[in-house]
Amino acid sequence: MPSTDAMKALLASAFPDGHVEVSDLTGTQDHFQATVVTRAFQGKTRIEQHRMVYAALGELMVRDIHALALTTRVE
Amino acid sequence: MADEVRARIEELIHASKVVLFMKGTRQFPACGFSNTVVQILKKEGVPFETFNILADSDVRQGLKEYSSWPTYPQLYVGGKFVGGCDIVTEMHENGELTGVLK
Repeated sequence: MPSTDAMKALLASAFPDGHVEVSDLTGTQDHFQATVVTRAFQGKTRIEQHRMVYAALGELMVRDIHALALTTRVE
Repeated sequence: MADEVRARIEELIHASKVVLFMKGTRQFPACGFSNTVVQILKKEGVPFETFNILADSDVRQGLKEYSSWPTYPQLYVGGKFVGGCDIVTEMHENGELTGVLK
């Protein structure tokens, strides 16, 4: 099961200029809330922004994360 | 993804103008995020179809790949992917969704 620290580390390395917040909504390490604010989202649609976050989380997103409430913003 | 699964998905997304792929059914959503989108579509007052991905593992896996989207619910309008719960909620709140559903 992923920890918020592991998720934060993946997102911080994918969006080095960005501001990243991750919280565990249920305390069960499978329902999370994340906010990512980065210049990398400039010119991207919301769908593309969310896909970039999912890609950064990679296998965790496919296997371990049951739900991720996601907020993305351009810095 | 197998061709037959892809063909099936394309048939499903075009089965109706608004199609929600969700966990559970509109009467009995099996997940809070799916329920949120059902309630939004009801408020928008448009007819919509739902597909329970928990009852079909081929579609459940295949659609993730087809949409390049790893989670459910997934909303399709006019055969086009609109988003998951967060995006649909935001579009509902800022009024954008009403235009998309028209």
